Amino acid sequence: MSIRGRVWKYGDNVDTDAIIPARYLNTSSEKELAAHCMEDIDPSFAREVKAGDIIVAGRNFGCGSSREHAPVAIKASGVACVIAETFARIFFRNAINIGLPILECPEAVQATEAGQTLEVDLAKGIIRNLDTGQEFRAVPYPDFMLAIIDAGGLIEYTRRKLQQARS
Amino acid sequence: MATEAATLAEQIISHAAGKRVYPGDLVIVPVDRCMTHDSLTPEVIDALHQDLGVEHIFDPSRVVVVMDHVAPASSVATANAQVKVRQWVAQEGIEHFYQVGKGICHQVMIEEGLVQPGQIALGTDSHATAYGAVCAFGTGVGTRDMALTLATGRTWFRVPETICIQVKGRFPELVSAKDLSLHLCGLLGMDGATYKAIEFHGLDWLPLDERITLCSMTTELGAKAGLIPPSEKEAPPWLGVHPGASYERTITVDLTNLVPLIAVPHQVDQVQPVAEVEGVPVDQVFLGTCTNGRLSDLRAAARLLKGKHIAKGVRMLVIPASHRVLKQAAADGTLSILLEAGATIGTPGCGPCIGRHMGVLGAGEVCLSTGNRNFRGRMGSPEARIYLGSPETAAATALTGHITDPRKI
Repeated sequence: MSIRGRVWKYGDNVDTDAIIPARYLNTSSEKELAAHCMEDIDPSFAREVKAGDIIVAGRNFGCGSSREHAPVAIKASGVACVIAETFARIFFRNAINIGLPILECPEAVQATEAGQTLEVDLAKGIIRNLDTGQEFRAVPYPDFMLAIIDAGGLIEYTRRKLQQARS
Repeated sequence: MATEAATLAEQIISHAAGKRVYPGDLVIVPVDRCMTHDSLTPEVIDALHQDLGVEHIFDPSRVVVVMDHVAPASSVATANAQVKVRQWVAQEGIEHFYQVGKGICHQVMIEEGLVQPGQIALGTDSHATAYGAVCAFGTGVGTRDMALTLATGRTWFRVPETICIQVKGRFPELVSAKDLSLHLCGLLGMDGATYKAIEFHGLDWLPLDERITLCSMTTELGAKAGLIPPSEKEAPPWLGVHPGASYERTITVDLTNLVPLIAVPHQVDQVQPVAEVEGVPVDQVFLGTCTNGRLSDLRAAARLLKGKHIAKGVRMLVIPASHRVLKQAAADGTLSILLEAGATIGTPGCGPCIGRHMGVLGAGEVCLSTGNRNFRGRMGSPEARIYLGSPETAAATALTGHITDPRKI
């Protein structure tokens, strides 16, 4: 799984209310959630984000609520991957569960600017900054988490497991 | 099971896993309780039925459903979502179903004894860490994790490291558990305990109400669970503090030095003494939430408000954490004092804490809330500003109309 995209850069503690404010939780329409993604901290994001773009952020990305709408909004906006110094724990689980690739790599975050292009090899956890030529290695996933990401999320992963058990 | 010294989190997960586990281990464990509320249950149902193709849940007796987030419904959309929840509850035969006005999910879980020492409980709500007040391993999950657990009765965990908070002394006058929580937020930061458990020692004397405040707020440090050791008579024999357990770090806090604290916009770890923020005019004071909506919180505010009236131009919303709290506050006179002082009372539930009804803020407005998050846009307009403080600070601020140290009232 290789990803190549333009960087949207944010700071520390991007919370779930910043990613998708609770006032929009009445909907579970992915398109509508994407239309309000990052609205309160970056109104240009939802307008200008393109499929394959990458969010790069500081520490504790996704802190706050347990709402799965947060990674869903990001994924539906077209973002292919989020790279952060660290993730909040519920967001981490939710992102893996819905099949939004996320990587922890403080070095890459510190050496990346908004608008640069990154290439990411998810399976190997390698991040390459195509503007500077620098290469970084993210914290690797445990095998079973990689299998969930490969399957496109926890539900699909479990369905396959259930099918295997039946056959 | 755990034959060597273990932290509370390690003991509970080891017991559930049937083997001694260590921080960093990935384990699959049975879950004793699953709590879900009106806000996220509709998506849990969709994940179960549409995505997973599971017709029925694993064990309805382990499931608790509470209508608290937008209850009573504020719009046709939320009302329709709640119809869907009630139909599903009836179809599945879920007995632990609590209607509009029963209270905030975490308060109901503890009040009704639905979560017990040594149990593992998941909630589709980040403040499920509150269950650590009765020494249960409570943690928040998203809808798909909940759907999978409802389908299988199990979930996976990475066993967390534990940070020990060793508390000494007692709170000074007009300082309470919320001030200790805010102190820890300021000290550790919003990710100071990410992926970890927090264990509080030295609080044997602390009443349950305030234990819930402390444990619910550990999620604001990023913690997976916040646990207070149980009394011997409540706990299963295998659960208790082990001398020699291995903590990632131990932080000692002397309560006698604590002062009233406040988190300023827009982060929970932007903490200052209330005395240094005094004078900021407020439009709304909100006393409530799973953090500070219990009887002792209402009484603490009433002590300061008794015989007085809140400032002109300020509105004070009091939303009891549960129906039981509301009844008790009515019976012991607390409610009358709050009403005489000019406060108004809302249906027990989450109130405006998540900005969806019953006190949403407009652009430019300032709110002093006893809740747990002051993120931009949390309670409504992204142009509003939220300060977080104790019930004592909330009452003092309502009286003057600007942020006020309760020790000056």
